[in-house]
Amino acid sequence: MNQPTPTSTVATAESLLAIDIGTINTRVALFDVVEGAYRFIAAGSAPTTVYAPYRNVTEGFNLAIDNLQQLTGRQLMGSDAQLIIPSHPDGSGVDRCVCTLSAGGPLRVIAVGLLEDVSLQSVQNLIATTYAQVVGSISLNDQKITSQRLDSIIRLQPDMIVIAGGTDGGASHSVAELLEAVGLACYLLPKEQRPEILFAGNQALLEPVKAELAPLASFQGAPNIRPSLEAEQLLPAHKILSDAFRKAKIRRLDGLQILDAQTGGFLMPGAAAFARTIRFIGKDLEHKRRGVLGIDLGAGSTVLAASFGGDQYLDVRATLGMGAGLPALLKQTSLANITRWLDVEVAPAVLQDYIYNKSLFPASLPVTTEELAFELAIACEILRVAIAKARWTPPARLVGAVHGFLPPFESIMVTGSTFAQANSNPRLMLTLLNAIQPVGWTTFVLDQNQLAGMLGAAAEVAPLLTVQGLRDASSFVNLGMVIAPVGRANPGDPVIRVQIKYSDGSETENEIKYGTIDMIHLPPGQTATVKLQPLHGFDIGMGLPGRGGTMKNVSGSEMGLVVDARGRSLGLPEDGFARRELLKKWLSMLAS
Amino acid sequence: MEASIRHIIPITTIARDRVLPKAGRVIVRKGQKVAPADVVAESIVAPAHILLDIARGLGVPADQVGQYMQRRSGEQVEADDIIAGPVGVGKRVVRAPKAGKVIITDSEQVLLETQGRPFELRAGYSGVITDLVPDRGVRIETTGALVQGVWGNGRMDAGVLTVLASRPDEPLTSDRLDISMRGAVVLGGIITSTDVFSMAAEVPLRGILAASMPAEFLPVASKCAVPIILLEGFGQIPLNTAAYKLLSTSERREAMVVADTWNPYTGARPEVVIALPTAGDQAYPIDSVSFRAGQTVRVVRSPQRGAVGLIHKLLPGKVFLASGLSAVCAEIRLENGENVVLPLANLEVLV
Repeated sequence: MNQPTPTSTVATAESLLAIDIGTINTRVALFDVVEGAYRFIAAGSAPTTVYAPYRNVTEGFNLAIDNLQQLTGRQLMGSDAQLIIPSHPDGSGVDRCVCTLSAGGPLRVIAVGLLEDVSLQSVQNLIATTYAQVVGSISLNDQKITSQRLDSIIRLQPDMIVIAGGTDGGASHSVAELLEAVGLACYLLPKEQRPEILFAGNQALLEPVKAELAPLASFQGAPNIRPSLEAEQLLPAHKILSDAFRKAKIRRLDGLQILDAQTGGFLMPGAAAFARTIRFIGKDLEHKRRGVLGIDLGAGSTVLAASFGGDQYLDVRATLGMGAGLPALLKQTSLANITRWLDVEVAPAVLQDYIYNKSLFPASLPVTTEELAFELAIACEILRVAIAKARWTPPARLVGAVHGFLPPFESIMVTGSTFAQANSNPRLMLTLLNAIQPVGWTTFVLDQNQLAGMLGAAAEVAPLLTVQGLRDASSFVNLGMVIAPVGRANPGDPVIRVQIKYSDGSETENEIKYGTIDMIHLPPGQTATVKLQPLHGFDIGMGLPGRGGTMKNVSGSEMGLVVDARGRSLGLPEDGFARRELLKKWLSMLAS
Repeated sequence: MEASIRHIIPITTIARDRVLPKAGRVIVRKGQKVAPADVVAESIVAPAHILLDIARGLGVPADQVGQYMQRRSGEQVEADDIIAGPVGVGKRVVRAPKAGKVIITDSEQVLLETQGRPFELRAGYSGVITDLVPDRGVRIETTGALVQGVWGNGRMDAGVLTVLASRPDEPLTSDRLDISMRGAVVLGGIITSTDVFSMAAEVPLRGILAASMPAEFLPVASKCAVPIILLEGFGQIPLNTAAYKLLSTSERREAMVVADTWNPYTGARPEVVIALPTAGDQAYPIDSVSFRAGQTVRVVRSPQRGAVGLIHKLLPGKVFLASGLSAVCAEIRLENGENVVLPLANLEVLV
């Protein structure tokens, strides 16, 4: 995952079309050079057509292109129904094209590893970096004989088998024993049903394993994800996994090969593209020695991507989304855990019906404020579940770390139509605060046009576009800077003093009480110096509890400074009425 | 914008592919008439495999196994048949632990595939076989009324339709079911108790068509042996008027209940087909359509969920909704006379 580095800050005159084939919609976004810099021009969309009756992604793509052509007046498709590449002097066509994909459901994967809590765990961690679902596993601990493993593979009919095991130079006989069932299954399955094979184990075995399995199925080798017992390295294998994902999807989704060809083979999983964008931001903010978090809440999946300096983290919850798979959320949390985020009284059964009905019509939209509140409450709980399962191990000595809580993130970017459509910044901010519960200080950024993944894909061919695209404030809306002190106090006790010196010379000072949220206006266009002094031993990540600090050139934003003094972890009253009243109070504080 | 489609059609030609999960044998011929319970294809599914270690079993080195092998790939064996041996004075042999087929023999091992369980693919529809998919299945065509639903419990059957719903929202309770309905498919409104499922199995019914039920009934409904189709969704949603009119006027006709689960990739939906005698060919249902004024639509989401109306006009640009969202919308004249503006994403065209 080498990151292209822009060598110039002047954009060459090349336009780019980014395609995103999502679970619900296929979107196309046009970027072009305006006054020497890349700009987002417009986006078109249409329903994704991997589904019946079309079962071909190009139908939705063509309709999305029609939509974009109508919006821009620019001809992108030729009379031969092919994209015009490169652009013509008359302004038609585009020079480059990239494509991301999250549609078509997760790949069904069998994980193969030697020991359950070592290589098998690493395989599962690797699989969690793309849209894939582990449907079965094989290991020395599974107490099965070869023929049982064989039957299991044939019964499950996976799209892919990912194999690890053996440290480099370590076990080989045991790995070969596990692979016997894989080889037999590939031999027995009809050719069109044979899974992609990815081997990321003991490198001494790579060639023999390849010789055994490559004649039977599509095989790819990757560096060992567990080169030693102590070390796990997923990134090199992740890139190869992404390519295996691409191949598996091209085999299964009609029309995808055409789009892949138009991108020059740059089709990539949407999650990987999104993670690349987060890495770009992480690189840009590396000097702050803090992390960057990206959250993509989609119809089919939830993606957490984090960057901690050079360390990357990507976690794709491939069955946790706002669409057809929504009922699966109830296997991971309770209805009560969702209704706790609602400020209106709703019987759990009503919410359960809502969830199941939404899954039947995943593209439908909330018309009433009550249904929008349902959507945000569900989104909140999905994020809670995803974050609770995150396996990030941020490097020590990150600036702003508060032990036992969310790692310190300089910026948290959220994307996905649920957020983009929320249309109420206070409600969105409260949802994000409740779900993510950041500590110390951070800035929430909303990817309003859902471009983050597209920009990550574009980095492959036009890294400067990614850099300049991310600076587009009309697409990436700074929702507000959040200050969240951690500690214990009695409700009403002041826990932090915030002094602000605005760029126009005016000053304010606020003491924020425990149990409240306060919003301090710092509108877009203004900057300020913010002095923070935690009280009563509260910790804001300045190194020690009670230690304060000063932040210069804090940029204004939609909601200015939001001080979340409700404590961590956030506690809610057991009593339903009291809880709803408190949620209303918090919302009104943010809306004031 | 392309529209979602729901088929509620008084008379049409329905073509459905019925395909085995695994290659097998098609046992009907093209042009043959079939009834819903007829088997159209069969195969053996879920065979188990046994890996026999011949070298160890015979107690000989791997390179000597070949000379003792008695069976070759592709041969059928019965239980206790000798696979390899005898060896030595003790006449050691390796026998087949079960009947099956020898799949692979190599220098040390034999892979035996034992008999799986037979799987019979039933027609599901009464109609005519119009096409054969070699080793896989058939295409069946039938003519009749077609009503598609939103949820099914994965079963199928057929029976005479009995209408228990005197209005679209009439609760369907177990006390409405009795032995006189044995073999019937019943049309009810809203299922309000899980007793309905146990009573349906007891009678037994051949199918339940209902508008809606609470989602909390799903664990019980999913296990019910009687096919169940929900035509509207979860909660307490009355049956839409188009489906109600069509089904309630089809009493005493044969209803084929295919309670498939919705599969967006294949397009399979739970559906009921009412067999109708016809004169002449009927058109196939339309598979894709764009929104336009004059279409009959059903609303899929609150606050008008389940209501049927006509698209009066498509609105230009995007419209702000009460929720604060903006979306491409249409003005709909509902059957109750109300005019509402709704997102196209919340509409299904009834064709």
